[in-house]
Amino acid sequence: MSVDATTIQGETFVVNMGPQHPATHGVLRIKLTMDGEYIMNAEPVIGYSHRMQEKMAENRTYSQYFANIGRIDYVGAMIYNFGYACAVERLAGIPVPERAEYIRVITSELNRIASHLLWFGPFIIDLGGLTPLLYAFDDREGILNLLESVSGARLTFSYFRFGGVCNDIDDDFVAGCRAFISRMRERLTLYRRLVTDNIIFRKRVEGIGVIPPEICRKYGATGPVLRGSGVAYDVRKDEPYSIYPLLDFDIPVFGECDSMARYRVRMEEMNQSLRMIEQALDKLPSGPFMAEKVPRILKPPKGDCYFNVEGARGSFGIRIVSDGTEIPYRLKLRTPCFANLSLFEEASRGMLLADSLALLGSLDLCIPDVDR
Amino acid sequence: MDFVQVLRDEFMGRFGERLRIEDVDHAKRGCHLDITASGVDIEEAASVMDGLGFTLEAISGIDWPAEEAMELVYDFNKMAEGGRIAIRVRVSRERPEIASISKIYGGANWYEREAHEMFGIVFSGHPNLTPLVLPEDATFHPLRKDFSA
Repeated sequence: MSVDATTIQGETFVVNMGPQHPATHGVLRIKLTMDGEYIMNAEPVIGYSHRMQEKMAENRTYSQYFANIGRIDYVGAMIYNFGYACAVERLAGIPVPERAEYIRVITSELNRIASHLLWFGPFIIDLGGLTPLLYAFDDREGILNLLESVSGARLTFSYFRFGGVCNDIDDDFVAGCRAFISRMRERLTLYRRLVTDNIIFRKRVEGIGVIPPEICRKYGATGPVLRGSGVAYDVRKDEPYSIYPLLDFDIPVFGECDSMARYRVRMEEMNQSLRMIEQALDKLPSGPFMAEKVPRILKPPKGDCYFNVEGARGSFGIRIVSDGTEIPYRLKLRTPCFANLSLFEEASRGMLLADSLALLGSLDLCIPDVDR
Repeated sequence: MDFVQVLRDEFMGRFGERLRIEDVDHAKRGCHLDITASGVDIEEAASVMDGLGFTLEAISGIDWPAEEAMELVYDFNKMAEGGRIAIRVRVSRERPEIASISKIYGGANWYEREAHEMFGIVFSGHPNLTPLVLPEDATFHPLRKDFSA
């Protein structure tokens, strides 16, 4: 049955989901045009947590902006540190010592697992299962304690510096990581038995919220959303940076295009991140964790450059234009959630409202990352 | 990379002298080709990119008041081959107007709305050129260099 707002006069109604709604995970409003329980159109209305991050970049020095970058996607702040540090290092030509690269990858991959856990728990809550969140937060706590011990922060990290990181990791941190890896492997098995194989959960996500790869391409979707649509694109493999080429890891890809496929991608990614951390800990070289003689006030040469990293939600890109002064002339943030959300209007058309929550949840949105 | 050569041939054959193609070092600048295409119909250029299977990654506006110009950088990516092409177009700062590519790339819809509210660039043919992240009645353009709050 096909329905159209113009042909059935008076049979449709408009309802706002959000901006204060638990399933939107932040201040996102979706303007729904409904025909009974079916969505005819769902227009995301964004900007409720817009902070003008790009203008702020034009008002402070390169190092001062570090405090902002961890507040864009605050759930995966370490990886955004990575992207910004690398972008400026590319522009200014700053070398990074080998040990710092390893520390960056270890902390970023820990943060990726923490971010996926913060998606995993609330996603199951969206679908009606409250318990898994408590397990996920327990595991996430272990990661946050580790990251706090080296960076001093638990969420909005500003741990990286141009040319390295601000604090070395010690034996306690390495031992804590190893203990966490072995524990987390058991927990992933637990999650599989508790959630992945659960028939009620599967009925809510299998075949629900199908996003064909062509829609992903047209809207620029990246990350687990794209890999859940069968496209093996991961910045860590396709535009390798840092020490990722030295590590042995797989890119999980599932071709079903539904919410379950995106779920599976993230669950498998946690496993792959554990592999990466383990290898990086084994190979961790000694030496300095900061480059020498990085000026306090950077003045990159005139010109522009682009750098992107694989964030927890997809490809996070930064384009910096420098005019040779200590302040960026222009800094464009290409955030993954912005692109991933923009396809929602097209992908949700004709769905049941309750099913669209499975689709929305499987996009893993971080609203401050959309709004910037 | 193969697709870089394919793209170069396609663009040169179609647009010829109207654009300037610069090979750039990906390790230094983050893209493979930097194309300055001010005299080119952006809709046609986007159709070519679409036909070759590129994804639109982002549209960034840049304000150049000293040169009386606004610049738009369209970043295209060939997913799974890891290649980035930047297409640059300049429009006049007095009357910044350019064709919308949102019919070709659905994702351009939001990027164009953002460039419109931030810089005041008009995208002709856009279905809904209203503020995206700014308040719905906003008439100011904060990323213009002469903007003051």
